[in-house]
Amino acid sequence: SFSASPESKEKQCIEKILVANRGEIACRIMRTSKRLGIRTVAVYSDADKDSLHVKSADEAIRIGPPPARLSYLDASAIIQAAIRTGAQAIHPGYGFLSESADFAQRCEAEGITFIGPPASAIRDMGDKSASKRIMGVAGVPLVPGYHGEEQDIDFMKSEADKIGYPVLIKPTHGGGGKGMRIVNSPDEFVESFLAAQREAAASFGVNTILLEKYITQPRHIEVQIFGDKHGNVLHLYERDCSVQRRHQKIIEEAPAPNVIPKFRSHLGEAAVSAAKKAVAYHNAGTVEFIVDTTSGQFYFMEMNTRLQVEHPVTEMIVGQDLVEWQIRVANGEPLPLNQSEVPLTGHAFEARIYAENVPKGFLPAAGVLHHYCPVPLSSTVRVETGVGQGDTVSMHYDPMIAKLVVWGENRNAALVKMKDCLSKFQVAGLPTNINFLQRLTNHWAFENGQVETHFIEHFKNDLFDDPNNAMLATEAYDAAKLGATLVAACVCLKEHVASRESGPVDNSLNSLWYANPPFRVHHLARHTMELEWDNEYDSSGSKHLKLDITYQADGNYFVQIGDNKSPGLEVKVVPLADHYFRIEADGLITDVSLAIYSKEHTKHIHIWHGKHHHHFRQKIWLKLSNDDASQHKPSFEMASHPHGTVVAPMAGLVVKILENDGARVVDGQPILVLEAMKMEHVVKAPCAGFVRGLKVSNGQQVFDNTVLFSIKKVEIPP
Amino acid sequence: MMAQIVQLVPITRVHGFGAGAHGTSDAFVRNSKSMEELLSQLQTHIDKVLCGGGLEAVRRNRSRNKLLPRERIERLIDPGSSFLELSQLAGHELYEESLPSGGIITGIGPVHGRLCVFVANDPTVKGGTYYPITVKKHLRAQEIAAQCNLPCLYLVDSGGANLPRQADVFPDRDNFGRIFYNQAQMSAKGIPQIALVLGSCTAGGAYIPAMADESVIVKGNGTIFLAGPPLVKAATGEEVSAEDLGGATMHCMVSGVSDHFAEDELHGLAIGRNIVKNLHMAGKPGMMNGMPNTVSDYKDPLYDINELRSIAPIDQKQPFDIRSIIARIVDGSEFDEFKKLYGPTLVTGFARIFGQSVGIIGNNGILFTESALKGTHFIELCAQRNIPLIFLQNITGFMVGSRSEANGIAKAGAKMVMAVSCAKVPKVTIMVGGSFGAGNYGMCGRAYSPNFLFLWPNARISVMGGPQAAGVLAQIERSNKKRQGVEWSNEEEEKFKSRVVEAYEREGSPYYSTARLWDDGVIDPADTRKVLGLCLSASVKQVPEETKYGVFRM
Repeated sequence: SFSASPESKEKQCIEKILVANRGEIACRIMRTSKRLGIRTVAVYSDADKDSLHVKSADEAIRIGPPPARLSYLDASAIIQAAIRTGAQAIHPGYGFLSESADFAQRCEAEGITFIGPPASAIRDMGDKSASKRIMGVAGVPLVPGYHGEEQDIDFMKSEADKIGYPVLIKPTHGGGGKGMRIVNSPDEFVESFLAAQREAAASFGVNTILLEKYITQPRHIEVQIFGDKHGNVLHLYERDCSVQRRHQKIIEEAPAPNVIPKFRSHLGEAAVSAAKKAVAYHNAGTVEFIVDTTSGQFYFMEMNTRLQVEHPVTEMIVGQDLVEWQIRVANGEPLPLNQSEVPLTGHAFEARIYAENVPKGFLPAAGVLHHYCPVPLSSTVRVETGVGQGDTVSMHYDPMIAKLVVWGENRNAALVKMKDCLSKFQVAGLPTNINFLQRLTNHWAFENGQVETHFIEHFKNDLFDDPNNAMLATEAYDAAKLGATLVAACVCLKEHVASRESGPVDNSLNSLWYANPPFRVHHLARHTMELEWDNEYDSSGSKHLKLDITYQADGNYFVQIGDNKSPGLEVKVVPLADHYFRIEADGLITDVSLAIYSKEHTKHIHIWHGKHHHHFRQKIWLKLSNDDASQHKPSFEMASHPHGTVVAPMAGLVVKILENDGARVVDGQPILVLEAMKMEHVVKAPCAGFVRGLKVSNGQQVFDNTVLFSIKKVEIPP
Repeated sequence: MMAQIVQLVPITRVHGFGAGAHGTSDAFVRNSKSMEELLSQLQTHIDKVLCGGGLEAVRRNRSRNKLLPRERIERLIDPGSSFLELSQLAGHELYEESLPSGGIITGIGPVHGRLCVFVANDPTVKGGTYYPITVKKHLRAQEIAAQCNLPCLYLVDSGGANLPRQADVFPDRDNFGRIFYNQAQMSAKGIPQIALVLGSCTAGGAYIPAMADESVIVKGNGTIFLAGPPLVKAATGEEVSAEDLGGATMHCMVSGVSDHFAEDELHGLAIGRNIVKNLHMAGKPGMMNGMPNTVSDYKDPLYDINELRSIAPIDQKQPFDIRSIIARIVDGSEFDEFKKLYGPTLVTGFARIFGQSVGIIGNNGILFTESALKGTHFIELCAQRNIPLIFLQNITGFMVGSRSEANGIAKAGAKMVMAVSCAKVPKVTIMVGGSFGAGNYGMCGRAYSPNFLFLWPNARISVMGGPQAAGVLAQIERSNKKRQGVEWSNEEEEKFKSRVVEAYEREGSPYYSTARLWDDGVIDPADTRKVLGLCLSASVKQVPEETKYGVFRM
């Protein structure tokens, strides 16, 4: 077969890129490619055929069924796709094959440019202990510790004394925090060490222990570095990614707050030397550090050999397009700037908007984006997204809906903008973390830049809803009542307009029946609306709101709530564009936004007003033909499950079945393990009894609310 | 014949056409004040009937998860659409016990864009049983539906005929049985008959859903049976619950008396809307609008329609220019008058109301021979051109006296009555003042089956004015007395006269009329334009028929 000579390949510029990824990052890469005049090829699994990244590309190639290991992780399929479409380069994005040294190597072998570092660097940095060893040799600071084989207790204690307390005792095998001990002072050491050894032996069969300095208030700060094929490496300052949940970042910023310039340059130099000395690096990379906020020391953690999810915050403060840099470096060009030319202007935040169930421990959610209306874009506001309204957030992949990136002259200005954007970012149809992000960004400690990796855990009382807080419950209820009032007025207007427009237009007299306000003989027209609403501060169940709307002679709506007749509010509604309305009530003029869709015999009405987003449900009396059919319907009605029935808390894959059908189990006993996206979820028995109707099997896909099994209760004699 | 068409766009509000209402004149102020009192009195009566059969009955109704009849209608008509309720004050002071709205709510409103006639029993009023006036109101609603070709929605929740009054409810032609006769006739004509059984539906009432084209019944609340459990036990000794005897499950699964099973009332109403949605009327020209003579771009009247409240004089003797009313009813206050200079006591002309072309006939004084001939001529014109007619009644009668009789006023009046009776165009009558004697006939009174007839609160209706009647009767009485040789003092005569005047006053009141369904309701003068528009809209849904007159006496 024909193959180009090395010389001609060296000179050849990339004209067509295959993006071996999906979602927002695929769209992001294609955007820059298009700007540079480079043609793009998308790859898609069957689940993604109609998704935005496919639409954004010049060409798209199917690479397999929905599960990632059969599609986006299938290196052969992707390389075949590149060959078939004649793409000279592959951009792996992040995740999937982006840090697969084998994949990078196979690309090289096929004569396809892998837009990323050399395979050797990927391999070196991919092994966590090897990377630390390399960095240690290169003089990059590592967390002080002892990882040796000598396990004598006195020797270990002397090592611990050397490290300095507090010290973390950790079994070399295992994980999940089992056997881990924090030792705060020398006199606690022996007891803790022996206990850890015992526990390790019992749990993992091996009792070797390692010691590490315990960092009480760590921050996660990472440095964006970039290298070219000519030996140049520079850094583009740092990002703070401390605020995490489930060990995943949710809000990032650049530069890191509360950092003095000297520290910043130390950090940058350390990162550059790590990349330069340790591995002959080129293309984008990130060196992650753990920073001890009490001592001000930083230590190397790991190096990510790809473009990171949070790269936009760096782009915003340095004013560069990192994807463009990646392509230019891949083309063999030198870096466009040298270190002293890299600007640092202002401050940027990125918030990751996920489809997830925050009260259920950030469980990933899947479903249809019935309403998706991100904030308007500008030079200081970016929305990186891979979905559009009506798209499905599939259970097969990461449930991230969008990244909201804002820039401001300084941290405060950027934060103000971020808060504003979050309150206006509209998503309806599935649960999201927007509300949680709002709380996070409004928290005083976050406002002060007091970020650290335990931030969410530390401030959980402020950040999570207390389901039994009477005062907050009342406050929330009052806000919801206002929301419902505005909903009532807007819906009345909307339906009125809809019925007028759907009526026959053959005759001007007909429109008379739809005049505003509607005519009544000697009285005003009235309408009743019943809405259901869940109060997050009140665990007693959903609230029923009965609204009485009176059509006023001047076209306004007078809305009262409840049977005891609240004083009521007169609302004037002017329809603006689309789902936006201008409201005038009690002297206040404000714009609100509505989203209405129906799902499972229920009409869902969302309203965004002021800082609030309320979600109401309304019963549909007839089954509507336009009821969402694309939604994965649970096989049983949720409400009708008998006691003891266990349903899947989320859509996912059954990865382990721990008990057989008919087994006798105790209360809380794990029955099976589900996996969705990056996490495992253990499904436990809700009570003691016998497992009944366990029909799922290993590897089976289950949907949200699918019945998994039930527990037949047994009365245990005393 | 040359019709004199005059476009009457006023140059200024005061001097032009329609400037009859002078904002600062004494009469204007006096009339406003009197009308205000009349309206507030009317509102008091209305507020009472809007509450239905009283707090306790309403509470009981709610406890059964049932809505009130007007609330049911609100849920059936299109969101935010208008509803033209009819005869709200039917039954007003008609019986010893109060019977708000006659125990039944009727009216017209759109469902999925299609105008329907609603007939809704009020179970809070005497259990929804049919008094004589209830039957009359039900039949009137059916009459409108038949005349205007509008689907009927029966919201049934009734105990059937009011047993103590069975003699006035059951046997006669226009009694209870006529309801089913009408259902059959309308169904035969292709006018959909839909029954929603939201409560009990006993005895004769059972035929309403049974005769309907389609019917819905609500689980728990809806029952249909010829005889309820007590009567069954008395008749056959069988003991059975109402639900088993005639509930939704039985009728939808076993008997087939009802077609749609509703889980609850709101579900039932939603099904009702759906049935109308599925009425496929294409190919039924009768349901199409046969009056294409409309424009979609129309202007509002140039004058404030609220001034209508100040125009109609409370004192019937005070004449006023009917054009000042027309100016506040028609589009752009534009009125093309016909034969303006001939027979000027009758004003005739063409105008539009919400874009719909109409012919308007209004009284501007006593009817003379010329006025009657002019009216006849104008009615013929409109009938030939398929233009709906609007009658604005303020008529003391035809001119009397030897000269008039010799002029053949009876002949002229007969021509007008012939024309009014036979013209096959939609007709709407509004009584804006007096309606006396044969004038009522010539101006399309109730007997002439206008599609709709409404009163203003200041209206008066009787065969003649009270004082005139008193004068006539006193003369007869005096001659009787004289024949019997009885002395009749002036004092006694005055007493006699005032009794007559009082009776005429009472019986000539709009409340007396509307309670007996001599009309379709009392309206606020300021609502006149809207009501006319809605009535016209409801009336023009039929194919125009060719008008054929009888023999005109020449």
